[in-house]
Amino acid sequence: MALDEIKIGGLGASRRRVEDNRFIRGKGNYVDDIVLPGMLHMELLRSPVAHARIKSIDVSKAYEIPGVRLVLTGEMMAARNLAWMPTLSYDTQAVLATDKVRFQGQEVAAVIADDPYIAKDACQAIVVEYEQLPVIVNPFQAMEAGSEVIRDDKENQPGNKVFDWEIGDKAATDKAFAEADVISKMELHYPRSHPSPMETCGSIADFNRATGKLTVYMTSQAPHIVRAAVAMVAELPEHMIRIVSPDLGGGFGNKVPIYPGYVVSILASILTERPVKWIEDKTGNLISTGFGRDVYLQGEMALRKDGKMLGMRMKTISDHGAFYADAQPSKFKIGLMHSAFAAYDLPAAHLESVGYYTNKAPGGVAYRCSFRVTEAMFFQERMVHAAANDLGMDQAEFRRINLVKDDMFPYRTAFGFLTDSGQYGKCLDIGMKAIGYDTYKAEQAEARSRGKLLGIGISTMTEPLGAGNSREYDILGIKMFDSAELRVHMTGKAILRTGAMNQGQGHQTTWAQIVAHELGIPADDVTVEEGDTDTAPFGMGTYASRSTPVAGAAVAMVARKIRAKARKIAAHLLEVSEEDIEWELGRFYVRSNKERGVTIQDCALAAYSNMPDGMEPGLENNAYYDPPNLTWPFAAYFVKVEVDAETGVWDVLKVVAVDDCGVRINPMVVEGQIMGGLTEAYAMASMQYQTYDEEGNCIGSNYMDYLLPTAWETPGFELHEVVTPCPHHPIGAKGVGECATVAGPAAFVNAVVDALGHLGVRNIDMPMMPNRVYEALTTGKDISGMPPVKMGD
Amino acid sequence: MYPSRFGYESPKTVEEAVALLDAHAGEAKVLAGGQSLVPMMRLRFAAPEMIVDINGIEGLRYHRVEKDGSIRIGALCRHEDLEADDAVAKAVPTIAAAAPLVADPIVRTRGTFVGSVCHADPQGDWAATMTALGGHIVAQGPKGKRDIPIADFVIGPFQNTLAFNEIAVEAVIPAPKGVRVGNYLKLERRVGDFATASVAVSLDMVGDTVADAGIALAGVGGRTINANAEASALIGKKLTAENIASVAAAVAAAAEPRTDHRGSADYKRQIVKTFVERILLGLLNSSQKAA
Amino acid sequence: MTSLYDEVQAAPGEGVPTRRVTIKVNGDDRTVDVEPRLLLAHLLRQGLKLTGTHTGCDTSNCGACTILFDGRPIKSCTMLAVQADGHSLETVEGLASASELHPIQEGFKEEHGLHCGFCTPGMMLAAKALLDKNDNPTEDEVRWALSGNLCRCTGYQNIVKSVLWAAEKMRAEAK
Repeated sequence: MALDEIKIGGLGASRRRVEDNRFIRGKGNYVDDIVLPGMLHMELLRSPVAHARIKSIDVSKAYEIPGVRLVLTGEMMAARNLAWMPTLSYDTQAVLATDKVRFQGQEVAAVIADDPYIAKDACQAIVVEYEQLPVIVNPFQAMEAGSEVIRDDKENQPGNKVFDWEIGDKAATDKAFAEADVISKMELHYPRSHPSPMETCGSIADFNRATGKLTVYMTSQAPHIVRAAVAMVAELPEHMIRIVSPDLGGGFGNKVPIYPGYVVSILASILTERPVKWIEDKTGNLISTGFGRDVYLQGEMALRKDGKMLGMRMKTISDHGAFYADAQPSKFKIGLMHSAFAAYDLPAAHLESVGYYTNKAPGGVAYRCSFRVTEAMFFQERMVHAAANDLGMDQAEFRRINLVKDDMFPYRTAFGFLTDSGQYGKCLDIGMKAIGYDTYKAEQAEARSRGKLLGIGISTMTEPLGAGNSREYDILGIKMFDSAELRVHMTGKAILRTGAMNQGQGHQTTWAQIVAHELGIPADDVTVEEGDTDTAPFGMGTYASRSTPVAGAAVAMVARKIRAKARKIAAHLLEVSEEDIEWELGRFYVRSNKERGVTIQDCALAAYSNMPDGMEPGLENNAYYDPPNLTWPFAAYFVKVEVDAETGVWDVLKVVAVDDCGVRINPMVVEGQIMGGLTEAYAMASMQYQTYDEEGNCIGSNYMDYLLPTAWETPGFELHEVVTPCPHHPIGAKGVGECATVAGPAAFVNAVVDALGHLGVRNIDMPMMPNRVYEALTTGKDISGMPPVKMGD
Repeated sequence: MYPSRFGYESPKTVEEAVALLDAHAGEAKVLAGGQSLVPMMRLRFAAPEMIVDINGIEGLRYHRVEKDGSIRIGALCRHEDLEADDAVAKAVPTIAAAAPLVADPIVRTRGTFVGSVCHADPQGDWAATMTALGGHIVAQGPKGKRDIPIADFVIGPFQNTLAFNEIAVEAVIPAPKGVRVGNYLKLERRVGDFATASVAVSLDMVGDTVADAGIALAGVGGRTINANAEASALIGKKLTAENIASVAAAVAAAAEPRTDHRGSADYKRQIVKTFVERILLGLLNSSQKAA
Repeated sequence: MTSLYDEVQAAPGEGVPTRRVTIKVNGDDRTVDVEPRLLLAHLLRQGLKLTGTHTGCDTSNCGACTILFDGRPIKSCTMLAVQADGHSLETVEGLASASELHPIQEGFKEEHGLHCGFCTPGMMLAAKALLDKNDNPTEDEVRWALSGNLCRCTGYQNIVKSVLWAAEKMRAEAK
């Protein structure tokens, strides 16, 4: 009698996606698709130089162009106290530059005109006089004594240092090093990368003078945070602000921060009393909006000669650009960097972090990443690779010895996290078998005899996803919980709203599956809505693989509240006491007589037509979910490559991914996330990075130079699954969206370094472009990718 | 991004197009495939006052292999036309090898061979191919047509020797002196990337003796690199591992690469040397197999 | 019709020359007056309200704006609207008939060939151009044909499977 859960699109069903119906017809609704009556168009003028004092701005020629309605400069913003805005990390960021420009691409002026072509013409007509200043493009230049102070707008900012921070047990770590047989070192740069969703950022601000209401359609992964921020910055009452995130053309962390363009479009709409649309061009997106990574990582590992890890010292030196605008929990200055080595039974660890301002774009967003976890795991797996080699041990064996064993959970990591579940050894075994690890050494030796360089790279990790519990995690003081609101209509259909924000993950499909699992209402009968702050309940948005762990849990919890009320109604309908009622999917029945029962739909109708005496009518509720812990998915990735010794070109022969993200709501969607993540890992390993020349010119300012792989280069992926349910998540799920992006890059780099290992190469900084690999294999030296990039004859 | 304002004409004949160019005295640009020009206009790196769109002119989209083995390519011949044609592949293997490596498959449906040569991008595949093959451009101006050898046509980065009132109406690849073989190799990091280095090689063989040889390079200098003088060392000889190595070294020395984010100058020379060797050794091997 | 974005301007600015063009779009003739600099992608999106064609870059790299121009795929952000005069265009909105989806659309849904949906229209039209010429492509042929279109979400593997799914269905239907 119980329903077949897969048939109703419940947990575990590879349900085809609801949102596809509009996208495959070209009927998505992205910000640039929205047209409002009387709408004007805004374009930004950006700084062509990386560091300069603004001597003058002359906008008179811009106003001479027919169709130009308004030109805004920093001075005009300042007159309204809007020239600067707060960042997500308690710093300030210029909205339109007043005193100086501090990175190439910084917003200097805005033109609002009848169409964007005219606005662009007018931007070109603005004359800005710059007096150039010395440029800093890496933290080592920034820390030099006497270097130009970038943030001279701030009081108490004598140099370019943003923060000093440390965590871990220094004394215990020192002791581990004193007892070590072998000390292995690693030093590398995780290059700056831009998330680069296909759709750029944009907004349409629509201020209605008559009602006093401001509606902003915008590309935000976290619309509720934007509403709060706009209320504070623009000093508008929060209830008169409506933020709508429609369909997003990808986000990957890029659409978490609040950008100057949004703020300027809001002011422009208030001033012109017309809707103002701003759609960023690709160059603007690449050179000015939130980047990821750009961290120099150094460390050493204390080891016993039998292979046991004893301790780890880590240091990070991070480049934050001109404004400290990292999107991360307040308590942690370098995100969750200290999640490094969480998968390993490591007794002691210590991390020192220092951050610097440079003349580069601000950001430090969680680019498909749970706040710097990507850098942490990359460093971890590069360090592990080097340590195994220094011990003369096999890569897989060294990992097996040190990975946390199944019977050690819950396990307290050296940096204080609590991991709770996993079958790390099993994942490792599955991956080794799939990649053909047992025959590989012989294969590699045989290939080398023919002048071919073969390598296998392994990357194993667990990462903290789903920030996070309110004791530890907040952004600007707001705790990182999420909520869901469920209304069951009288015919048993339902609408669910959450504070998360889909940008391709398929929430419309998968949230309904959780409802189906909890209530037995077919997923097709559940509408899911997100993104409109006037209707959606509060939530911190979607990034850092936090939606399933937090909002998804809220969905399960609100469904359970509904079920609890429905149980009372069922007892009333069945004329038995509540204690005599049992539940099976979609149905309550009398324990003593299973035939006597009512469906959830019967209960829904009764909630509006035949409720028990004294019961509040209706069948709806909401739930706020404050997760007790983070979720800890595990991943083991294996990559096999062949390197061409004459060109440095490397080809991927095979990629194997073993993921344990707990219970999979929709296996098809989970696999889609893993393949997408692996592709970003391949991209960063092979070609995708943001670098700068000595003058601070951003090299990757459009897709000619900011390289993203196509279907042709991207390898195929072989996926495997292990399921260890999360012990504290209501449906046992863990986050997964970023696992492959986080752990994937090290597998690629380890593979190429393995191929070159006999030549003495320990590290090649990403991206491993052919020229870097060639230089490594011909010199046997490590290759640094630190900017400025060398240019010349 | 949005282009600046410009005037637009779509003439129906080459004569009309030439008259329009003449009337606009250097401020007009010819639009053929537009796959380089339009993006440059969008980025506002280019802002012509007048666009003369030649796509409406009948009879310019052709390519044909003549009886003597020469090839004539009309101004509106798209990259994909060459990519798909077995007759071209047989007559000029270097073109067949290069065609699939030009930009990406969608751009190739629209971009033109002749337009790409005229664009004279130092990274351009077709300017290098034309140089290796010793082709010429047929230019039509107010006084009629003239032939411009490719070596006199592409003279610098984005610079050709067309007069302001001339249109390149055709590219001509000369007849082979024997059997034409060749290849094109390009190091790109992804489809549609600018070349880190590209090598075009074409040989005309009589038996197993090289009757004519051409090599040209893209991506390794401020202009297309003409290494035909270095290639000429092979003329009159049979290919051997030794002369291949020596020509490869000479061609690499003729490259004028610059160190940048794609690699050091030395690395780019290494790629040139490796590619020249690989192409010539490949040709040697296939001729030995054929024999 | 108006010159650029008709929501704002009832007519182009004074002295701005326009040209009248007639374009067949998804089978219907559309006559519009356009300023020469208007990009074809913008005409489709703004003037003709066919917002399924997306613009994802400025440099003809991403392919989100891919449409069929006389049956061949082109990047509509790299053509001027005036160049489409007298030509026939097919956009994503023209793929499905009133009652049923095109097999390529079905394939993308069935094989999870999309996440955010932004690249999808361009991908589907590039795929259609391939399948119109080759109804039984190999995986490599599909990857090659789609290499002018970027996707940031899927990792391409499921896009390739979607196209192969569609090819199979189209072959079965042709029998």
